[in-house]
Amino acid sequence: MLHWLNMGGYWSYVWASYALTAVVVALNVASARRDFRAAVRDARRRAEQRRGAA
Amino acid sequence: MSVVAASRVSPWRAGLLLVQRDLRLGMRRPGEWLQPLVFFLVVTTLFPLATDPQLSRLRDMAPAALWVAALLSSLLALELLFREDSQDGSLEQLAVSGLPLAWLLLAKCCVHWLLTGLPLVLVAPLVATALGAPYAAIAGVLGALLAGSVTLSLVGAVGAGLTLGLRRGGVLLALLVLPLAVPVLIFGARATALAIALEPMDAPMYLLAAIAVLSATLAPLAAAAAVRISLE
Amino acid sequence: MTSLESRLNWTWFHRFGSPPYFYRIAGILIPWFAWLAAVAGAAGLVGGLVLAPPDYQQGEGYRIIFVHVPTAVLSTLAYAVMATASAVGLIWRMNVAHAVAASCATIGAWFTVVALVTGSLWGRPMWGTYWAWDPRLTSELVLLFLYLGYLGLRGAIDDSARADRACAVLALVGVINLPIIHYSVDWWNSLHQGHTLLKLGKPSMPASMLVPLLLMMLAFTLYFAAIMLTRARGEILRRERSARWISEATGA
Repeated sequence: MLHWLNMGGYWSYVWASYALTAVVVALNVASARRDFRAAVRDARRRAEQRRGAA
Repeated sequence: MSVVAASRVSPWRAGLLLVQRDLRLGMRRPGEWLQPLVFFLVVTTLFPLATDPQLSRLRDMAPAALWVAALLSSLLALELLFREDSQDGSLEQLAVSGLPLAWLLLAKCCVHWLLTGLPLVLVAPLVATALGAPYAAIAGVLGALLAGSVTLSLVGAVGAGLTLGLRRGGVLLALLVLPLAVPVLIFGARATALAIALEPMDAPMYLLAAIAVLSATLAPLAAAAAVRISLE
Repeated sequence: MTSLESRLNWTWFHRFGSPPYFYRIAGILIPWFAWLAAVAGAAGLVGGLVLAPPDYQQGEGYRIIFVHVPTAVLSTLAYAVMATASAVGLIWRMNVAHAVAASCATIGAWFTVVALVTGSLWGRPMWGTYWAWDPRLTSELVLLFLYLGYLGLRGAIDDSARADRACAVLALVGVINLPIIHYSVDWWNSLHQGHTLLKLGKPSMPASMLVPLLLMMLAFTLYFAAIMLTRARGEILRRERSARWISEATGA
């Protein structure tokens, strides 16, 4: 198990790569979802304004 | 001074008129067009100042210094391409004139190159010699920079069209054009290096020339599309 | 009209160009892509990190390829999708296509960053230095600059229609330039005898390494699709300012 974590001595490079990838993957999921939710909120607000003005 | 905008004028004649007009306008403010040239000289002077100015070492650095300076100075010069015409509405006139915009923009690029690219090409042998290049290399240096500067003007026109009228347009223009200029830089610097080493420079020269021809065909079309998009 | 006939006369194409249709279909596809990506990714990680044997030359260090190669390939694929969508948007004047193009840029740029960093981390034990101007990484760096330029242009233009079309032109100019840039960098590198990332030749790669790699490729591709479609739905909402279908679709 320890040998696996050590990655034959390359642990810092291998795990740093995977960590970065994981962070970027998570970041983009959060960012895309946040962006979408904001767009939905804006669309709803605009629809209400139009209904209010009508 | 407006370009005659009517379908009775042939595109060829319109192009010629545009070239004459731009040349005349350019000659009225020579200071503007000389600035990129001065910038080129200043930048190439910075390189020896930044390092040990022994000619043998400068010779190694000369292609890189020449081409980076040429690239940066052509970026600066691009501001001049559309600025006047977009401000006084002539660019819109050209766009709605019914004449092929790509052709008209090619004419503008020609003049732009004559006023900004050509002086650079002519001064380059001087600079190259100052950076340690042998006299026999001058023809090669001239040739490479000729092809390269033409491409830079053309590709830069596309960027200038896209960033027309934008705030912070200058920096954005650099960011857009420089990656596209990487092949010119690579082949041009290599051609110059071979010229300075007095070796045959055919391969990169052919590639440079090919890129220049490709740019001359495609860039005006892209620039015309870009200008139309920016003017809407 | 039978479905075969409609497929033959491009109805499907224009149907995808219809914002409400695309919005709905994308909404259905996204969770599927996301979950499949997670499953494929988990399988790929187990296969790559645990099951695959160490490489003859590089020991355990080669395992970085299971993230480096997919992100590098996807960074180029994302640009290709962006350019294609841009072309469609310009030619057919389709808002949906422009929305797709805009959605590829950020994720594509991030993939490029990850490819560069993981490539450099892979290179460090192999070359002894983090950055050795290897041609593939250098091309990748120029690709990052192309993405950043695209994002910069989009951010600098306020009018959304002008931004869409200007960025479309830029994406097309970039995609034409990409092979030239790639070729020139390869040519430059061959002159100066630079280092190249050790090629783990795919045909000669044992199945125990190839399968996890393909699984990771699949996972990242599905992930890209999910992210891109999520953003595209948001972009479509923003572009279809006052369309009636929006109130229904967003439950307003």
